[in-house]
Amino acid sequence: MKKLFIGIILVNLLAACASQKPVEPVVEAPAPAPVVEAPAPAPAPAPVVEVDPLNDPNSLLAKRSTFYPFDVSVVQDADKPVVQAHAKYLSEHSGRTVRLEGNCDERGSNEYNLGLGQRRANGVKQMLLLGGARASQIDTISNGEEKPRCTEHNEACWKQNRRTDIRY
Amino acid sequence: MLVRVLQSVVGSLFLLHFSIASAELSIEIIGAGENQVPVAIAPFGGDQKLALAIKDVVVNDLLRSGLFRMIDAEGKSPLEPADVIYPDWQARGAEALAIGSVAVQPNGRIEARFHLLDVVKQSELAGQAVSASEGQFRAVGHRIADLIYEKLTGDKGVFSTRIAYVNREGQHFRLVVADSDGYNEQTVLSQNQPIMSPAWSPDGSHLAYVSFETGHAVVYIQSLYTNQRKLLAGFSGTNSAPAWAPDGKQLAIVLTRDGSSQIYLIRPDGSDVRRITFSGEIDTEPNFSPDGQYLLFLSDRGGSPQIYRMPVKGGPAERMTFGEGANFSPRYSPDGKGFVFNHRISGKFYIAMQDFQTGQMELLTEGGWEKKPSFAPNGKLIMFASEARERGILATVSSDGRVKQRMFTRSGDAREPVWGP
Repeated sequence: MKKLFIGIILVNLLAACASQKPVEPVVEAPAPAPVVEAPAPAPAPAPVVEVDPLNDPNSLLAKRSTFYPFDVSVVQDADKPVVQAHAKYLSEHSGRTVRLEGNCDERGSNEYNLGLGQRRANGVKQMLLLGGARASQIDTISNGEEKPRCTEHNEACWKQNRRTDIRY
Repeated sequence: MLVRVLQSVVGSLFLLHFSIASAELSIEIIGAGENQVPVAIAPFGGDQKLALAIKDVVVNDLLRSGLFRMIDAEGKSPLEPADVIYPDWQARGAEALAIGSVAVQPNGRIEARFHLLDVVKQSELAGQAVSASEGQFRAVGHRIADLIYEKLTGDKGVFSTRIAYVNREGQHFRLVVADSDGYNEQTVLSQNQPIMSPAWSPDGSHLAYVSFETGHAVVYIQSLYTNQRKLLAGFSGTNSAPAWAPDGKQLAIVLTRDGSSQIYLIRPDGSDVRRITFSGEIDTEPNFSPDGQYLLFLSDRGGSPQIYRMPVKGGPAERMTFGEGANFSPRYSPDGKGFVFNHRISGKFYIAMQDFQTGQMELLTEGGWEKKPSFAPNGKLIMFASEARERGILATVSSDGRVKQRMFTRSGDAREPVWGP
């Protein structure tokens, strides 16, 4: 969480710099008599600001959920690039961990839905492992139908609730 | 108390609809038993405030069962069997008459002496003193109602039993234990994370339940006497669906520590965890047979969620439900001859029952958002979660489907009901 926070600040700073107006040129005073120049100190290496791709809003990594049809737990084709991007990221950032939270719509018993949500999370985990992430980086849980994002009894709502969230 | 009587005729069946409202909750009853016994409850003697309160509990209990019709007892209050003039009660149409008196002992205990009389045979069916500690007048009323119910129907009464359910208000969850009529509500656990699947220990002393308080589903067992609780199962992934064996010496639970939801046995102290299903699919909602030999459970191993049965010792599972739709949440009837479950078809959830011998499914309700059925200890009533006026409510249906009752709690959504001992 802390890392994410710092990342967001960095991105914001960079964005702020980029949007600054160009500094107006200062009118130079007449040059003084030349003096013997001291050897210039070796330039300090510019600090490398590495932007964590996790915080790039244009990256696939900005997508943190996979969605499913009713009573289905396999990752859908549309979401595979997202999961594969997270797999690549995790394989390249061994210090990062994720928690996969499976969620369901309310059309089942809530105990069945706990099982279904777990299966959704496990499905994403399998794909992350295939893509190079390590098991130790991944925790899976299920919220079943207990933590709905939307609470009405209709498909518009249900489809938002059938998902696995990838939480760093 | 508000009693509103509406009568309408549907076919040959008289539907009785009335409601009982109070500050705590309101109850609506729809339907009536096939043969309603006409009963008169004479005003009890003794402490009049208590006598009225106790009679109120008795009358409401009997009416809620749908099996009794109240005969007006206005103007008559015999206190002893010798005072009863039977022809008066016969003329009013009563077949049974309850009389009694109430007193408060010096130590505060409430004592009611009561007699149940057969008006037709002009004989005494039961006579008993019922007592309870100070303030527990509802317990006295429930006990009297149980005695009347038992004598007149031959079945055990369940008015003195308790229920557990979860009340949700926004993101706040409370695990609640109450009398079977919804009164005497006590909060067992209160938190801002979901609570699911309460399960009574067979002796009624403990509740096992699922809580998300640690960020994922884990199972706790809590004493209802001391409120002390301990973690039963907190493995990685999901821990859920606790079910007690009838002897209370082990529970079936569902864990995902080995992958998908599978059923395990575990001792109440958390020891001796043994896996008993190996489907690799979702196996959940185990429920022990009354003799402790079998488990009913839900599995989607056949492609859709259906009910299966297997020996507790392990072994092959037998599919119990077929046909269209999906089936969830099985529970054995107390006599072990059938089970109640949740049937989903065409987007609706129904409470359904099936007999092991015939294998026929019978729908007990009209369908809607109806979930989590559980039997009363006498097998005559089934409680379930339903929805009305955009709220989660508790509902009951008689096992013959004829009498239905809806209970509205004061606020929030009532869900996850389970009938206790």
